[in-house]
Amino acid sequence: MACINPDGTLTTSAKAVLKAVTEVSSPAEVAQKTNLPLFRVRSSLRELVEAGLLEEQEGGYRLTAIGKERIGL
Amino acid sequence: MSEEMVTTPTLPRLNEPAPDFEAVTTHGVVRLSDFRDSWLILFSHPADFTPVCTTEFIAFAEIYPELQKRGVELLGLSIDSVYSHIAWIRNIQEKMGVKIPFPIIADLDRAVATKYGMVQPGASKTEAVRAVFIIDPKGVLRAMIYYPLTTGRNMQEILRLIDALQTSDKHNVATPANWQPGDKVIVPAPKTVEMVEENLKAGYEVVDWYLCKRRLE
Repeated sequence: MACINPDGTLTTSAKAVLKAVTEVSSPAEVAQKTNLPLFRVRSSLRELVEAGLLEEQEGGYRLTAIGKERIGL
Repeated sequence: MSEEMVTTPTLPRLNEPAPDFEAVTTHGVVRLSDFRDSWLILFSHPADFTPVCTTEFIAFAEIYPELQKRGVELLGLSIDSVYSHIAWIRNIQEKMGVKIPFPIIADLDRAVATKYGMVQPGASKTEAVRAVFIIDPKGVLRAMIYYPLTTGRNMQEILRLIDALQTSDKHNVATPANWQPGDKVIVPAPKTVEMVEENLKAGYEVVDWYLCKRRLE
């Protein structure tokens, strides 16, 4: 996965995406906060959902308990 | 069904939805839908670590800032592995000082290349030709260019094509041969006698009733 290193740690961009998710955030909001291209944010959000760190909500994405733990919240 | 019919490459069609895909790239797994709301240039090259392709990648990287100003993303493709792509772009950066900022599809199973008619057996049975597909923010295929293996693409023409498409969409006009931003544009040809009369009175530069030009504000 592009968001998770072979040793299980998060990549720099994955951490940035997770930290940019506050309450329910849209891909466009995350792209604006991280300065990453929108296509890359959409791809990362999808992977982070598959990894159980985010969940999809109406209108965007929010951190799961595991996601919060991974970024120290 | 004859063998020839089976091997004939399928080609996508202009002004229809671009063929959908999900693909492994140097920036992770991406889907065509990840690019919605942006313009996208999807382009193929024959192979990594080849001379013409290297000059093209450097040229694409050089126009990338101009493309970004126009809301355009770039996505490369070849029938190589992601490890080959990574090794090649690292080599370009180390040896030529150019960072490749856009993702490249590793299309080893030719899934994307087949959908877009990038493998043309008359040119090569194992490599993609130099194809360029311009896809608009709604996912509609708007332009296609196919170049042979021997000829590197012209980046200024690709920029000009993006400018022309965006100008046509914004102002409902067409663009004449060799048009450049700032030049006069062509008013769509009238479809009725009444529209002819109205065009003639509209203050356009009239070459004839079917060819009227105007400057954009």
